[in-house]
Amino acid sequence: MTTTPESTSSFTPPNGVSVSGDSGVAPSTLLSLRGITKSFGAVEALKHVDLDIPAGQVTALIGDNGAGKSTLIKAIAGIYAPTSGDIFWEGRKVTLHTPRDAENLGIATVYQDLALCDNLDIVQNMYLGHEESRHFTLDEIKMELNTKRVLSELSVSTVQSVRQLVGSLSGGQRQAIAVARAVMHESKLVIMDEPTAALGVSQTAQVLDLIKRLASRGIAVLVISHNLVDVFEVADRIAVMYLGTLVSSGPAANYDTSSAVEIITTGGSRSDVAASAK
Amino acid sequence: MSDTSETSVAVGPSADGALRGQLKRLRQGDKGLLPILLGLIVLVIYFQIRNSVFLSSGNLTNLFVQATIFILLAMAEIWLLLLGEIDLSVGFVSALGATTAVILLDNQFHWPWFAALPLAILVTTTIGTLQGFIIIKLRLPSFIVTLAGLLGWEGVLIFFVDRQGTGGTIPVQEKVLYDLVNANLSPLWTWIFVLACLAVLIYLIVRRDQSRRTSGLDSVPHFVTIAKAVSLIVAGLVLVMIFNRNRGTFIVLEGMPYAIPVDIAMLAAGSFILTRTRVGRYIYAIGGNSEAARRAGVNVNRYRLLAFVFTGFTAGVAGLIYASRLGGISDNVDPNLVLLAVASAVIGGTSLFGGRGKMIHAVIGGLVIATIYNGMALISMSAATQYIATALVLLVAVAMDAVARRGSSPSR
Repeated sequence: MTTTPESTSSFTPPNGVSVSGDSGVAPSTLLSLRGITKSFGAVEALKHVDLDIPAGQVTALIGDNGAGKSTLIKAIAGIYAPTSGDIFWEGRKVTLHTPRDAENLGIATVYQDLALCDNLDIVQNMYLGHEESRHFTLDEIKMELNTKRVLSELSVSTVQSVRQLVGSLSGGQRQAIAVARAVMHESKLVIMDEPTAALGVSQTAQVLDLIKRLASRGIAVLVISHNLVDVFEVADRIAVMYLGTLVSSGPAANYDTSSAVEIITTGGSRSDVAASAK
Repeated sequence: MSDTSETSVAVGPSADGALRGQLKRLRQGDKGLLPILLGLIVLVIYFQIRNSVFLSSGNLTNLFVQATIFILLAMAEIWLLLLGEIDLSVGFVSALGATTAVILLDNQFHWPWFAALPLAILVTTTIGTLQGFIIIKLRLPSFIVTLAGLLGWEGVLIFFVDRQGTGGTIPVQEKVLYDLVNANLSPLWTWIFVLACLAVLIYLIVRRDQSRRTSGLDSVPHFVTIAKAVSLIVAGLVLVMIFNRNRGTFIVLEGMPYAIPVDIAMLAAGSFILTRTRVGRYIYAIGGNSEAARRAGVNVNRYRLLAFVFTGFTAGVAGLIYASRLGGISDNVDPNLVLLAVASAVIGGTSLFGGRGKMIHAVIGGLVIATIYNGMALISMSAATQYIATALVLLVAVAMDAVARRGSSPSR
C-alpha cells in the first residue's frame, strides 16, 4: 500500500478480518476512512468506521437495514459531514462539505432512485449539469458523439438511440445510463446504492457485468446491496456493517454466504468471524 | 418493457434509428403538433361552411391579432408550466404593465415611447421576479402566491386606473403603442419579413441536419428535410397572401400587423433559450425531476427564479399588445384571460405536470382559442355556447396531457 495514510498504523480494524491480513495483493488505496463517526442528536448512526477502498476493485458494503450503510455512503458523497473522523483521498486528507466537493475529487454516486430526468433524452441526462457549449449555445453534436463513445466503451448496446427519452428505458438501461454518466465525468470512485434492486434477471446480469467492467477500467466501485448472490458475483472485497459499526472487512474470498449472513445478523463476535471467514 | 423488445442497433449512423427514435417519442406523449393542427383545420372548415366570411383576408388577419394576446400570455405561462408551476396573476400583471405605459405616455407625463414601453415591461418583470422570490424563498405553492397576485394586482390596477379620473378607462393616445396592433407593415416589408424568417429557419434546419450527417450521427433522410422546408415555405406564402390582400372597404388596408413580428420575435427568443442554452436545458430538467437536477449540480432555485423573470417579461409584452388592441386600458380587465392563456398552452401540447412543452405550443393553442372565439362570434353563437365549447376543448387537451404523462414512464 503505497499511499496508505500515516494514521493507518495507529488503527486496527475493530473486528474481524484485518486489512493488513489481505491476501498478497495490495492494490493502491484510493479512499481511506478513519474513525468516521456520525451522530444525529443522541443517535450514533456511524461509530468509528475505518474502511479502505482500493482502486480497480469492487467493494461491497453489506448489512441489515439500519446498519448505517446509507449514512456511510452519504458521508463519502459529501451529503452528510461526519461528526468526527478523517477521510483520505489518494493519501491526502480531504473534507467533503457538499456533493460538489465529492464530485470534484472524482466521486460519483449512482442513487437507488436513479437521479435521471425522464423527460430528457440519454445525451441530455449524461451531460446534465456539465453541458458542453460553443458560441453560447449547447454543442449537441459533441455531446452526442461522446455519449455514444462512452456507451460503446462500456458495451451498453441495448439502447436504440441516444436521443431516446430516458423515461422510455428499462430499469437496467437506466442504471447503465446512470453509471455511464459517472464514467463520462472520469470519476475514480463510483458509489452504487442497491444497483440491482427492482431489476429482472437478465438486467441484473447486465448491470453486474457493467460493474465488473468499471473495475477493470481501474475505477473503484463501492456497491451497497442486500442481495448476497449479486455481492459474491461481483465483489472483490466485502465490508459488513452492523448497528453503525464496521464489524468485518476483507477480500470476498474470505467469506461465504453463511458467514456473511451470520455477521450481518449478529454482528459476529471476533472468534466466530475468524472461524467462519477462514 | 421487456428485454426482448431491446435490439442492439444504433451505434452507428442510421436514418432508421432516427425515425424510430421519433416514433418512440411520439408514443411517449411528445405527440407532436400534428393532432392539434388537424383539430385546427377541422375547426376552420366547420366555421368556413357555416359562414364564408371566416376565411376572408380581413377576418383571418383579425383572428391572428386576436390570437396574439392568447399566444403571448400562453408563452408567459409556458416558462412556469415547464417547471410544474403556474402563474394565475399573469393577466392582471400584464394589464398593470400596460397601465404603466399608457399613463406615462399620456398628455400629463409625455414620456417618449422608447422609455415608457420598456418601463412597462420592467414593471411586469419585477412583479414576476418578486412573486417568484416569495414562492422560492418561503417555499410556497405558486398556485397560492399567484392567486394572491391575481387579487392584489387587480386592486393595484383599479387604484391606478381610477386615479386618472377618466371614468375607469385610460385611452391610448400615443402613436407607437396604438400602432402596435392597429397599423401594418407595408406589403413589401411583409414580403421581406416573411422571406427573411423563412431563410433563417431553413438555414438552421439544413445546417443542423448537415452537421449531424458530417459527424456521422443518426440523421433524418433528405426528403424529410426537404418536406419540412417546403411546408414552411408554403405556410409563409399563405401568410403573405392573407396579410397582403387589401382587406379595407373604403380605404386600402393591407400588410402584416406589427403585432405578428412581435409574436414571432418572442417565439424565436423563447425557443432559442429553451432548446439551445443551458438555461432551457435546466428548466426542462427541473420540471422533469428537480431532485435529479439538484444532484447533477444545477442551482435549482436560480433557474426557477429565472423562469419567473421570463414570465414577467413576456407578460409585459403581452400587456402592451392588449392595451393597443383595446385602444386603452380599463379597470375591468377580463379575468378569464389567464385561464385562456393556460388553456392555450395546454391545448398546444404543453403539460400541466411540468417538463414537457415548447414555445410553439403557445402559438398553436392561441390560434385554436382565437379560432373558436372568432368563429363562434361569426356564426352568432351565444356567449354561453362559447364558454362551454372552450371548456370542452380545454378538458380534452388536459385529458390528453394526463394520458400522455401516464404513457411516458412505462418502466415505473
